[in-house]
Amino acid sequence: MKCIHCIGKNDNNRPSFTAQEMTVEATIENIPAVIEFVDGHLVALGCPPKVVWQINIAIDELFGNIAHYAYDPDTGPATVRVEVEDDPMTVLITFIDHGKPYDPLAAADPDTTLSAEARKIGGLGVFLVKKTMDDISYEYRNGQNILHIRKRIRDK
Amino acid sequence: MMTITQTKTDSSLTIALDGRLDTTSAPDLEAVCKNGLDGVSELTIDMEKLDYMSSAGLRVILAMQKRMLEQGSMKVVNVNDIIMEIFEITGFADILTIE
Repeated sequence: MKCIHCIGKNDNNRPSFTAQEMTVEATIENIPAVIEFVDGHLVALGCPPKVVWQINIAIDELFGNIAHYAYDPDTGPATVRVEVEDDPMTVLITFIDHGKPYDPLAAADPDTTLSAEARKIGGLGVFLVKKTMDDISYEYRNGQNILHIRKRIRDK
Repeated sequence: MMTITQTKTDSSLTIALDGRLDTTSAPDLEAVCKNGLDGVSELTIDMEKLDYMSSAGLRVILAMQKRMLEQGSMKVVNVNDIIMEIFEITGFADILTIE
């Protein structure tokens, strides 16, 4: 049976909202704060540096997309939630915004065989996340874009 | 956060990157690409102290490669495992000169 740790629950077993997830204005300037928040959990779990960096890249891509597009030309909030599963130890990160409906997985993968001259600049971010995370899924529910990524951080 | 150190000798320029090349830091390197490559025929990008790169960084590296194809040559040196993996996934390993 899978066990879900709710990181940051307090002694009364009520979710400690700020420790388990964070909600910030979706701006480029807030990307480092989101990475720092998630890294704190990953380091505490003994996550290998390579996996930490891969997850950092995923946050840069996915939170960056929300910051650029979800509320354009205005801004709005985004929530980033961190959960951990045991056996094998796996981190689940969920990005939630209530901006324009946008499925980042709907776009076709870029052609990675083109020459430098023929390459278009852009379109690689979500592709990179797809290739480095174990799973990525999207749903639009109750007016919210909800994007989940999952990455195994240790075999046991 | 990323530090950019430029060393120029005649028409050769070495750009050493230290930190993370991501959405936040990519505009700094883009500024070098737009304003600092005039007269440069040999460009070396040293990634020894670069932790990782996201697609925002790949965009700038590609822009630099396109520019240098027109005016000289470019090579990327001291690439770590995670950046090499990113280059391989995205096909950049085939379009960059990596040493």
